[in-house]
Amino acid sequence: MTDPHFGSAPLVSDDDFERDLHTEHQILNMGPSHPATHGTVKFLIELDGETIVNLDIQVGYLHRGFEKECESGTWYQAIPYTDRLNYNSAVLANVGYCMAVEKLLSIETPERCRWLRVLAAELSRIADHLTRCGAACLELQAMTPFLYGIEARELTWDLLEALCGARVTSNYIRIGGVKHDMPADFPAACVEYIRKTRELLKDFDDVVTSNRIFVDRLKGTGVIDRETCIRYAVTGPILRSAGVPLDLRKSEPYLVYDEIDFDIPIGAVGDNYDRYLVCVEEMHQSLRIVEQCLARLEKQGPGPVNVLDPRVRWPAKGRVFNRMEELIQQFKSVTEGPRVPEGEGYFAIESANGELGFYLVADGSAVPVKVRCRPPSFINLAPMSGMLKGALLADLIPTFDFINMIGGECDR
Amino acid sequence: MEDHGSPALRRLMDALPGVVLETHAHVGDATAVVERERIGDVLEFLRDDPELEFDMLTDLCAVDRLPRVPRFEVVYHLYSVPINQRVRIKARVPEDDPVIGSVVALYASADWMEREVFDLYGIRFRGHPDLRRILLYDEFEGHPLRKDYPKERRQPLVGPRN
Repeated sequence: MTDPHFGSAPLVSDDDFERDLHTEHQILNMGPSHPATHGTVKFLIELDGETIVNLDIQVGYLHRGFEKECESGTWYQAIPYTDRLNYNSAVLANVGYCMAVEKLLSIETPERCRWLRVLAAELSRIADHLTRCGAACLELQAMTPFLYGIEARELTWDLLEALCGARVTSNYIRIGGVKHDMPADFPAACVEYIRKTRELLKDFDDVVTSNRIFVDRLKGTGVIDRETCIRYAVTGPILRSAGVPLDLRKSEPYLVYDEIDFDIPIGAVGDNYDRYLVCVEEMHQSLRIVEQCLARLEKQGPGPVNVLDPRVRWPAKGRVFNRMEELIQQFKSVTEGPRVPEGEGYFAIESANGELGFYLVADGSAVPVKVRCRPPSFINLAPMSGMLKGALLADLIPTFDFINMIGGECDR
Repeated sequence: MEDHGSPALRRLMDALPGVVLETHAHVGDATAVVERERIGDVLEFLRDDPELEFDMLTDLCAVDRLPRVPRFEVVYHLYSVPINQRVRIKARVPEDDPVIGSVVALYASADWMEREVFDLYGIRFRGHPDLRRILLYDEFEGHPLRKDYPKERRQPLVGPRN
């Protein structure tokens, strides 16, 4: 290349590109409200050119005192708060909390209730993974797959609305049961939903999975190995993408997962692309689980969905209006709430992000002493600065997307 | 002391005599209350013992048992990937000296969780590399999950205070 002002010497030689130019480190503030992150979090990034030297993750912008609120109401009043931990998968948090309380009360729920819980929980998991994969595409500037993902999520939420009565904050699970059985037209809607969602996942797969830009942005970025995952207690799709087949639905089966046929996908290298593939496969597995639940529930026919335990169940309305004892019981249930015997218990479920645990401490009264939520988002986010040291600034976006930190659950 | 059928509690009591103060297995969760000063030794033993390998510190939190004395409990939930077992370790921390040894050197996951306990309960972790608030802002006064912190108290960072 020749330039009339500088003679024939090239402006930039190949050597210049090879040379490791020293630049002054620069501090970049990213967030707490940034268009390329779906989560309210602030990154304080120390940059050397485009390379991340240091990363401080500052969480807490959505802290609203979840534990404090739970510790000042009855055991029942905490359930709506659990809805608001993870806006994608409220049912999963409901199930985790209610099953932890049931563990303290030593309650065994009826079989139909357990199948219904699995059905609702898996629908929630699909909604969560759809948001993760769809929003990741959006933040990598791919609008079309995002719309496919969000359309499928809308279908999921419509179905959850038909089942629970609410799209997002479903509040469906009760201590000792579920709010109600599935409506009569639900099975047909569910079959149609499964068909449509499989089609949308196929469309999503067609535009994304082998898309050159998408693959280049994800492959080899945000790598985490299994030892680091275990040291940081990382669980869920991130741990599985690093090749550890750990899933609480298999390792400590709860509800009816031991009667259901499904597989646990794992990755090989633990990069963002593996995480994407694990999540997509988990959605297909969840659809399989939903099908099995539906078949089982239809075969079983109507039955009780709540325990007949007067400590946690309200009496039937007809009896409340006509009988003294039930009226008193209803009054006490509403004004005082159930009493939980003194003790402590930890119960964890496999949520879409990993191990969602509840550690509860009771002193025999109707108010919890401690409601600790073990938030997978918070714990999975901790190793992120290590995952990104030495990486390019642009790698932060897909890595953060596939960690899928949900502010409500991370900050509580 | 009773081991409640948990190999973790049995081996812990055999290896470190006198460290375990109490055990129970309420609703099936094997639990040991240990000496506060030996928490690091206990977790190190449980992590490195070849038959237990509790390689994951799943959860770390605190409980305020006001008006009990000692007031606080720091609770560690450990999980072993190789043997698929859980154990809960607790240490009691008094109100007038709310300090316990940090376990960040043993489990990296303790880093953020210890910061959270420090933030919300005011329990300090000796040896933590970077003990600062994590969920709340630096200007926040007090520790909101303590039972004597009023739920209705407002401390906005901007705008009028109360």
